[in-house]
Amino acid sequence: MKFANSPLLSQRLPAWRSRLLLLGILSGFAVLAGWSIYLQGFNSAFLQEKGAQRYSRVIEMSATRGRIMDRNGEVLAVSTPVKSIWAIPEDAKLQPAQVYRLAHLLEMNVRELNRKLAGNRDFVYLERQIPPDVAARVMALDLPGIHDQPEYRRYYPSGEVSAHVLGFTGADDVGQEGVELAFQSTLAGKSGSRRVIKDRRGHIVEDVDSIRLPQDGKDVVLALDDKIQYLAYANLRQAVIDNKAKAGSIVVLDAKTGEVLALANMPTYNPNNRAKLTGAQLRNRAITDTFEPGSTMKPFTIALALDKGKFRFDSRIQTAPGWLTIGTATIHDSEPHGMLTVAQVIQKSSNIGAAKIALTLPAEEMWDNFERLGFGHPLKLGFPGEVGGRVRPYKNWRPIEQATMAYGNGISVTLMQLAHAYLVFARNGDLIPLSLTKLDAPPLSGKPVFTEQTAHEVRAMLEMVLQPGGTAPKAQVPGYRVAGKTGTAHKVEGGIYVNRYVASFVGFAPASDPRLVIAVMIDEPSAGSYYGGDVAAPVFSKVMAGSLRDLGVAPDAPQPPLQALTAKPPLVREGT
Amino acid sequence: MLRVNLILILLVVASALGTVSSNYRARRLFTDLEREQARMHSLEVEWGQLQLEQSTWATPARIEKIARDKLHMKQPGAGQVITIEAVP
Repeated sequence: MKFANSPLLSQRLPAWRSRLLLLGILSGFAVLAGWSIYLQGFNSAFLQEKGAQRYSRVIEMSATRGRIMDRNGEVLAVSTPVKSIWAIPEDAKLQPAQVYRLAHLLEMNVRELNRKLAGNRDFVYLERQIPPDVAARVMALDLPGIHDQPEYRRYYPSGEVSAHVLGFTGADDVGQEGVELAFQSTLAGKSGSRRVIKDRRGHIVEDVDSIRLPQDGKDVVLALDDKIQYLAYANLRQAVIDNKAKAGSIVVLDAKTGEVLALANMPTYNPNNRAKLTGAQLRNRAITDTFEPGSTMKPFTIALALDKGKFRFDSRIQTAPGWLTIGTATIHDSEPHGMLTVAQVIQKSSNIGAAKIALTLPAEEMWDNFERLGFGHPLKLGFPGEVGGRVRPYKNWRPIEQATMAYGNGISVTLMQLAHAYLVFARNGDLIPLSLTKLDAPPLSGKPVFTEQTAHEVRAMLEMVLQPGGTAPKAQVPGYRVAGKTGTAHKVEGGIYVNRYVASFVGFAPASDPRLVIAVMIDEPSAGSYYGGDVAAPVFSKVMAGSLRDLGVAPDAPQPPLQALTAKPPLVREGT
Repeated sequence: MLRVNLILILLVVASALGTVSSNYRARRLFTDLEREQARMHSLEVEWGQLQLEQSTWATPARIEKIARDKLHMKQPGAGQVITIEAVP
């Protein structure tokens, strides 16, 4: 039977059946069209992203933190990559032999490792900051649930010697103290990222684009001299121990450039191992702690009096009988001196002489002098916690206060400020700003405070301090002419002077053309003597001697006759 | 006409193969570049570690200890030093 003759064809079907079928097909197409519009039009960004995820990856590119170096290029702080090993305890089902090998590599106790892996936390550090090669061997064991994570760790090769200058960084590589904090924006690197195409095995096959280029942190070159810093630290430490002192600080400045060559404090800490840190260890005392300087202030007021022409270096001042009553208060000298010249007032450190000179000056001029020398304001070196000390406004100075301020009571300074102010005598009466970083060229000219003649006269007086009859023969440095001033001040506690002392010495050498200024402060020496000339001066002498030799500064004192060398020339065998 | 078409087809095929091979070479070179960059990075890391090691060995404290204790060196006294003027 032919198809055309099929009786089924002649049968009449209801018209709705074909329409229904047509409608069904049309609506099917409509759904398809709608779906494709939805995918192409509304959802395409999401889908493209999903597609890209299959092959394209964004890789973080870490940047390293800059190094800190001393003026000679010695590395003082450097970041190096380390790995931290962490585990997901639930996934880490290890055989005892595997645990043993892992513990061996991590140099851990097997029991301790088992305890860490037994915890029901999702994440546990097994060991933080281990060398990358050890981590590589751990990962080579290919244990389930054990992972590694790259981190940076900062090392300080000089340890406690320069701890207070450098400071340290926290766990996230951000500076928290010292130079690390002060130069955070320079040192910090900016991590970058880039988009790449990876193949099935995880190899990068194509660089699509850099989203952000990583920027490594810049290196910071400090003015610090590694060797001088060590000399300063080692001698300060010894002095603090020998004198059973509570604390101490030392600052070494380059008089020509204002660079800080060394800065050390006791007590200190090891920045590589900060497990048991106390606040006392952290204090960068030379900059954050103020003290009443005592007699080290005398040269400033006397220089002002010389500058104003009120006195000459050989003007005579009566200091007998060793005490002086001003208003209701009486001030004393440590021993009566009688008639002294202005130079001898400095040499013998007479409080009465200094007070009498101060009382001839208007309070405003004295205050202005302190201001210009930088007292009362932070030095703005950039260190955290810098303080400026206290110089009260001159309007409410009483005469007794003006008199005592001449010898450094009723005024507070930091050791760094004191060392800075002594630059006026080590230079020709001008003051230059200090610098923590190495300078390419010394500052052109400073801010004049005293005349050149005054500065030279005071320098000569300060040289007398170290000569017989002065307060600090122990500060002498063989081969060099040295000038300086001692200070011994009662400490103030709760507004009252107590019988505890701060011994200090500030000086410079060679006196003919000063190169270095060194300031030493010993807090509460309690092993006998507490005078600046006995406690602080020997530290000054040793550090000055070592530093001048290290810098190759020519001796300027008359040289003693040679001892070991004989007049005979050494035997040299001529030719062969 | 047919000959022109054939030549054009050959040219198209040749150019397609060229694209494939140059793409392949580009990826090979890129992998090399990647590898060298990784090596550069690891050398930088090593340099940092060596600097650290050098600094640690060269701490003045260690040098002083060796000079004094092992080599029995001492500082010359004031009378044992001659200063020589530099001749300009």
